[in-house]
Amino acid sequence: MTLQQAPTARQPERIHAIPVRYPGRWVSAVVVLVLAAMAVHALVTNEIFAWPTVWHYLFAKPVLRGVEWTLIFTVSSMVLAIVLAVLLAVMRETPNPVMRWVAWFYIWLFRGTPVYVQLFLWGLLAVIFPRLSLGIPFGPDFWHFTTRDLVNAAVASILGLGLNEAAYLSEIVRAGLESVDHGQREAARALGMKDGPILRRIVLPQAMRVIVPPTGNETISMLKTTSLVIAVPFTLPGELNFATTAIGNRTFQPVPLAIVACIWYLAITSILMVGQHYLEKYYGRGFEPHGPVTTKPGRRTSRQAAINAAHTTPDMELIDDQGHVTKGGADR
Amino acid sequence: MSTSNTSRPMVDMRDVHKWFGHNHVLRGIDLSVPKGTVATVLGPSGSGKSTALRCINQLEEIGAGRIYVDGELMGYREGERNGQPALYRLHPKAIARQRANIGMVFQRFNLFPHMTGLGNVTEAQIQVLGRDKDEAHERSVYQLERVGLGDRMEHYPAQLSGGQQQRVAIARALAMDPELMLFDEPTSALDPELVGEVLSVMRDLAATGMTMIVVTHEIGFAREVADQVVFMADGVVVERGTPDEVLSNPREPRTQDFLSKVL
Repeated sequence: MTLQQAPTARQPERIHAIPVRYPGRWVSAVVVLVLAAMAVHALVTNEIFAWPTVWHYLFAKPVLRGVEWTLIFTVSSMVLAIVLAVLLAVMRETPNPVMRWVAWFYIWLFRGTPVYVQLFLWGLLAVIFPRLSLGIPFGPDFWHFTTRDLVNAAVASILGLGLNEAAYLSEIVRAGLESVDHGQREAARALGMKDGPILRRIVLPQAMRVIVPPTGNETISMLKTTSLVIAVPFTLPGELNFATTAIGNRTFQPVPLAIVACIWYLAITSILMVGQHYLEKYYGRGFEPHGPVTTKPGRRTSRQAAINAAHTTPDMELIDDQGHVTKGGADR
Repeated sequence: MSTSNTSRPMVDMRDVHKWFGHNHVLRGIDLSVPKGTVATVLGPSGSGKSTALRCINQLEEIGAGRIYVDGELMGYREGERNGQPALYRLHPKAIARQRANIGMVFQRFNLFPHMTGLGNVTEAQIQVLGRDKDEAHERSVYQLERVGLGDRMEHYPAQLSGGQQQRVAIARALAMDPELMLFDEPTSALDPELVGEVLSVMRDLAATGMTMIVVTHEIGFAREVADQVVFMADGVVVERGTPDEVLSNPREPRTQDFLSKVL
């Protein structure tokens, strides 16, 4: 090193330390891999699984019809449940005591009884009330129809699943609404906004960040719960589990057909998880700084990253999520 | 401008009381703010100064007294019941209409985090004033440029510094064309080096003749910009007057004590 070199040009000697060894990590990894290999071996070699049969029935027509019905039940009952859940959650927050009590009673009743029994009773609706009518209680009817025409087995299944799910979802929605800072409502009110637009435009979009992950959970759970529509008596559209079980029983090969059902449930669940990921990303907008964030930053570091990204602190060093100081921000 | 118009104060609070349960937080507040003037409200925390401000736009319901904004009684309608004078509580929609005339800026900014700066400023213009999208957008751009954020409009609040967020909040309030602006400790949540940019926007706003009530701890701002300084403690107005009277020559020992601690 010569004296002519400026002191800033001197490179400090980097530390190249020998890392700590962790033999336990190697041992545990090997143990887990051996166990996994044993599991794969058992699945592939055991004749009971009959993989050729699995492939044969995977795209069989009744199975595909079953997948279709499972999707119909899942989607329509969840749509019904989400609409009802938002309504129930809002009812529980209103100043109107009658609304609050009704919502509370609904949640108490539908969470407190088994969905299997609820489905059974919905299926028997036409027996319990052969004729439904609109009119004044204990008074005259204005309009009536035969229950069986309106509530067939499929409708009964969707009603049973959706109404039960709404009770659970409404608590999720309520938690989401309560998670939004009170200052948000206040700011909107100070701008002269009315309660309806405040809920729709300000509170719900922010609550969605909290609502979406558990709702995705519930949707995936619902996918499997649809197999309980077997509780609905009379003619039943064969959903996935019903279809595969029927084939399995008929061909005396219950295990490979159960595997067929599992593969389909797994496939649909995977697709739902992808959808959930994008929904979370959409409703997370504004809560994360733009640009590539490799590690999940804490609140403070993400705020710092956001301020850095805005390039509003010229002549100051930028600090990235890892706490590294980079070049000055005077490039604007 | 007619004489009756200039003599009527923008804000007129008469013997306003407020209770939180058994806690009597406002004990008879009288405050008159003439049009086009700036009033700053000082006082120790817990003195009720923020509550008094929030009562003006009905974020808090008052327990006694009357508040008039530009001559209009806030939150109630005077009427008659059984031949006796009676107060009717206004429908929330009518209260919302009254609030739309009053801009408010909060200590914690309260920007909508899921909308960009532009979205924040545009939202209520469309929802409340019924402006069409293009017009609202144009006015939002104008207001954001006015507070010096023309190049930050597409940023989400989380991507802005505290001072920038508060300036977006001011632009959001101004876009509603309010006749009155309320500031609730607008710089208290800011890092010290960001206070200046917000105060400078407020100073410019005062220079345009906007009627402002500012709850603040910034004595320098009060001295420079305020036409009227109000000192509150324990839910009452202890002293009021010009900045010179209250800040340089306070008469009340309570005011002297407070100023000796903050100056």
